[in-house]
Amino acid sequence: MSSNKTETLSGAQIVVRLLERQGVRTLSGIPGGAILPIYDALSQSTLIHHVLARHEQGAGFFAQGMARATGLPAVCMASSGPGATNLVTAIADAKLDSIPLVAITGQVPKSMIGTDAFQEVDTYGLSIPITKHNFLVGSAEELLDVIPHAFRLAASGRPGPVLVDIPKDVQNQRVEVSEWPEPGVAVPVPVADAERIARAAAMINEAERPILYLGGGVVHSGASGLAVALAEKASLPSVMTLMALGAMPVDHPLSMGMLGMHGARCTNFALDECDLLIAVGARFDDRATGKVAAFCPQAKIIHIDIDPSELDKVKTAHVGIMGDVRNVLEQLTPQVKAIIRAPWLTRVADLKTNHPLRMPGIDDPRTPYGLIRAVADCLDDEATIATDVGQHQMWVAQAYPLRRPRQWLTSGGLGTMGFGLPAAIGAALAEPERTVVCFTGDGSILMNVQEFATAAEEDANVKVVLMNNASLGLVFQQQTLFYGERIFASKYKGMPDFIKVAEGFGWQALDLDQASDPLAALNVALHSRGPVLIHVSIDMREQVLPMVAPGAANKDMIGG
Amino acid sequence: MNANAKTENQALSRTVLELDVNNHAGVMSHVVGLFSRRAYNVEGILVMPVGNGETSRIWLMVNEEARLEQMVKQVEKLEDVLAVRRHGATHEVFERMEEYFR
Repeated sequence: MSSNKTETLSGAQIVVRLLERQGVRTLSGIPGGAILPIYDALSQSTLIHHVLARHEQGAGFFAQGMARATGLPAVCMASSGPGATNLVTAIADAKLDSIPLVAITGQVPKSMIGTDAFQEVDTYGLSIPITKHNFLVGSAEELLDVIPHAFRLAASGRPGPVLVDIPKDVQNQRVEVSEWPEPGVAVPVPVADAERIARAAAMINEAERPILYLGGGVVHSGASGLAVALAEKASLPSVMTLMALGAMPVDHPLSMGMLGMHGARCTNFALDECDLLIAVGARFDDRATGKVAAFCPQAKIIHIDIDPSELDKVKTAHVGIMGDVRNVLEQLTPQVKAIIRAPWLTRVADLKTNHPLRMPGIDDPRTPYGLIRAVADCLDDEATIATDVGQHQMWVAQAYPLRRPRQWLTSGGLGTMGFGLPAAIGAALAEPERTVVCFTGDGSILMNVQEFATAAEEDANVKVVLMNNASLGLVFQQQTLFYGERIFASKYKGMPDFIKVAEGFGWQALDLDQASDPLAALNVALHSRGPVLIHVSIDMREQVLPMVAPGAANKDMIGG
Repeated sequence: MNANAKTENQALSRTVLELDVNNHAGVMSHVVGLFSRRAYNVEGILVMPVGNGETSRIWLMVNEEARLEQMVKQVEKLEDVLAVRRHGATHEVFERMEEYFR
């Protein structure tokens, strides 16, 4: 506690002061009756810039975009009842992708809780299964403990969302404050077990066909450089989960790109042959592993994770190491022999040659892969790339040359359509010097289209690349492949004029379909300052390939 | 079923978990929510405050399943759970309660 002169402050003023002390400079939300005291206090803050979302889910994803781009906990706010329920999807998304978030919600006064008061909902109960932890604050004094605690929890260990529900009377309660708590920061995790690390090193040294399997934990831990160094020293071909893309540059000689449902054939085949799998900050998600019993069937497993409940959850590890990935790699790499595994690297090179990722149309900017490549050719690695969820997401994951950790913002675990636009806006708010590109589809964009208004208001430097196939493409694809081509409820009969929609919100808009020189037009649009929509029509029969059928083994891929 | 046979049966299939937790509204909900979301039934629950009431002790009787290891790890992760101890099904806490369930 740091001492200061005694002040009499409301709970709301305490919240705002604590957020300022925490270093929060941008936060997003929507006011409403039960959080108006906090908004009144926020109006007096000269340090915090409030971004007025158009839907609370947008506010939640702005915060996610900020947190994913920077790695620091970000804040969203909502009023009670529908405000809080509208945050739920964004919070659940943060939980599944381990994103540090602090959600602050107003609640009806304590005396009215449980009476079905106007805009009352059990926010505490609703948020239990989708947060790391949650609080229902009982008094203004408690805020001095709860707010820093919330930030500490969000950032510590495996990051995640924390919700603080504050009844209106607590916001209005005036108390004397003479000492302020230190801001909540991540608590270091215990040093990993040296004996297990030594065993892991021995297994790597003895392996003939090892593969390094990088997950989102590598990015969260800031360990990308260490992971690449380990791969280089021990000659480890490396695969990445959707969440880890960017951890190792995709064009690094040891990179095999993304594994799993839409990974390249060579990548999944190599995993099928490996004799040692070194999982680093990855959780053996079903989209990565396919049928678990058939995943890396010949391999021993080393599993490094900060969350002990991930060890042995899906696959039993031969050596499980609980610890911060960065700390573990710092200890592990010096014990690993520097070798060149010529036979294995030759075999992997053969697989890459014989079973590469096929990207038809890569030279034609009017095809999915070609468009993604054309966008990448206009930008450098400083650009941040966000996506929505669906076919476009997988095409970008396959084809965009991601080379920088935190370059890539995508909804992995929850797979939330509507994520992309607000997450991109959040990233642009957090890092205004960067160009933030959001690849989206005509299904996803409409799920949070109202945030076009916020982006225009904030002049956020976002470029939305809308791949319009007039359908829910991944549903269309699955119905085509697995449901006897019975296409139902996946084709849109009505289609908005997205150019007019964007312009109506005050955006610049480019229809690439109409451009005589699409590459030149794309280049101009991507380098214009402020929000720009780039609209491109895509054939609805285009598929993301290869594809592992849900529940099938990864080696049994369709197409590609 | 006589007492011995019943005990043997339980010893094969049941586990008793003893949790030290912070005592405030919502802690039970956090704990049992982990079980209910996995459709993992909790057969028995006992809770009483300990000492000055800042903490409580929760006794859970659950079926022994392959998922139990994962359940215990999940329970240990809860911020309000201070400690988890595992006992065999023959732990007397539930046996002594049986007279209230006849």
